[in-house]
Amino acid sequence: MKHKGLEIKIKRAIILLFATAVLPLQAQPPADEILERIDRNLSSENRVFESSMTIHGRRNSRTITSKTYAVGDKRSFTEYLSPPREEGTKMLKLEEQLWIYSPSTDRTIQISGHMLRQSVMGSDLSYEDMMDDRKLTETYNAEVVGTEEIGGRDCWILQLTGKVDDLAYASRRLWVDRERYVPLKEELFAKSGKLLKRSEMSDVVQIEGRWFPRTVFYKDMLKQGSEGTGFRITDIRFNTDIPEYLFSKAALKQ
Amino acid sequence: MKTALKLAYRNLVGAGLRTWLNVIVLSFSFVVIIWLKGILVGWDYQAKSDMTNWEIGGGQYWHEQYDPYDPFTLAESHAPIPQQFSDEIARGDMVPLLMVQGTIYPQGRMQSVAIKGIDPAQDIFLLPTHKLDTVVDAVPAIIGAAMARSLQLAEGDYLTMRWRDAGGTFDATDVVITAIFSSNVPSVEAAQLYIPLETLREMTMMEDEATILTFRDAGAERAAVQGWVHKPKEVLTASVDRIIKTKTAGQSVFYTILLLLAMLAIFDTQVLSIFRRQKEIGTYIALGYTRREVVGLFTVEGAMHSILAALAGALYGIPFLAWQARVGWTIPMDAGDFGMAMAQTLYPIYSAGLVITTVLIVVLITTVVSYWPSRKIAKMNPTEALRGRIQ
Repeated sequence: MKHKGLEIKIKRAIILLFATAVLPLQAQPPADEILERIDRNLSSENRVFESSMTIHGRRNSRTITSKTYAVGDKRSFTEYLSPPREEGTKMLKLEEQLWIYSPSTDRTIQISGHMLRQSVMGSDLSYEDMMDDRKLTETYNAEVVGTEEIGGRDCWILQLTGKVDDLAYASRRLWVDRERYVPLKEELFAKSGKLLKRSEMSDVVQIEGRWFPRTVFYKDMLKQGSEGTGFRITDIRFNTDIPEYLFSKAALKQ
Repeated sequence: MKTALKLAYRNLVGAGLRTWLNVIVLSFSFVVIIWLKGILVGWDYQAKSDMTNWEIGGGQYWHEQYDPYDPFTLAESHAPIPQQFSDEIARGDMVPLLMVQGTIYPQGRMQSVAIKGIDPAQDIFLLPTHKLDTVVDAVPAIIGAAMARSLQLAEGDYLTMRWRDAGGTFDATDVVITAIFSSNVPSVEAAQLYIPLETLREMTMMEDEATILTFRDAGAERAAVQGWVHKPKEVLTASVDRIIKTKTAGQSVFYTILLLLAMLAIFDTQVLSIFRRQKEIGTYIALGYTRREVVGLFTVEGAMHSILAALAGALYGIPFLAWQARVGWTIPMDAGDFGMAMAQTLYPIYSAGLVITTVLIVVLITTVVSYWPSRKIAKMNPTEALRGRIQ
């Protein structure tokens, strides 16, 4: 009788051990799947959104609002709506090329070479940062390296290491909401491991069935004077009809 | 002719103050023209020798994609150094330079720079590259004084540098300023950071590659090399030639005004003396002078102003020009703002050719101006002239 009781105890212990070992595995999908689900949330065939970008400087802050039409990750058209100084400025991205139209000079210039690395209107974002939006699954190998709570949400910490050669950032670290599969924080690193940029996402809402962070706060960690740049999406629509003529240089002058 | 010269001299000296006023104005033109031309020759010499010493050596080979006026080309402007240059580089007679675009963060601000990798042991350029051959806890770098001034950097300062490797991946590290150099060539100072060549090659994964190859000997025959464009010294200094040409044209306006004033005075003097000396003209003709000889006499008299002016100019001009050649002329604004090789103090250089040409041109112009009113003599009626009647 005593022997049987011990057997039951051992069985229970094995079940408990098995459960503790297996359950987290079931709760935590493979890192690549997490990336895929992030891409599903953030990427779309096309999107139209209005946004406001607030650049926090040492002395003051200024806000720039714009409307963007984007198709996939190759084509986008942005028109700046305010402040009056930037109103009417348009930006066209086609594949690897970027043009900017300035209404005050009535000229279109191509942003190329080192100019792509300049900041967009004094923000912590470079033109290149805005252009580089390939899917994470195509460019990085991921590994879950831990968990952490951010803003009351449980997150997985994903360590991303580049799997292609032409990446801007050799590695990234992502804090991904375990429930909604949306990154809430991201750090971008140089090859040497130096932290270059940090972004924090918040105000996550469900739009057309996908979770989307409406506010992103960017900070160039090498720039000390800047207090960072806030980017807030005020309105977004996915998979709508975007007129084809927008993605031509002629549309910049209209 | 001897009599004509003697007569001309006596008449001129006899005219007193009027002659000396003309001579002084004309001598002033002489000195100013020679000085200004000397400044331009001096600038040309200084700019070219500074460029040779700091930037271009005896000439260069550029990677075929490299275009200094188009930063877009820089990302693709690098290739392995051709085998045939190995000996020259080993001897130290050729310096490879690798260039990439980067960003530095002095005091946390962002600044685009060209990162140049250069051999610390080179001696073709006056750049203090030996200061790169040191052991410090960051990448050693040297920068120009202009950049140090604008970014408020000093020797020993640390700053973060960010760049992209051959694959386009960002990398960042700290650099320490080990030396600040001062040159008269803004293009080697503006927004440029020099670090050891091998360090840059390692950082960018561009082993044995270069963007520009500078050789020491300008005279040697240079063969064409595939993938590289040969840029002889004359081509690299063509910008200096162009600016000197433009400046010469600009200065010509100034010379013209100066000469015009002097010539106007001489012209007036000639008209007046022909008007007042009609009796004398009539006497010459009565004595058997032909009209042409009398015209010649007056022309020589007028032209002699320029000879006297040259002598008077020499009297005060030689000490002035010699003093200028020694102390130079300091430009009353920052020469670095011109954006080209220009020293703050320019030292004029006068050649015998420059002085002789200037004297000849001024004498010739004075002769023509003196001859012009004298032509009237040829139309004079000698008897009327002898009576002193106005014609």
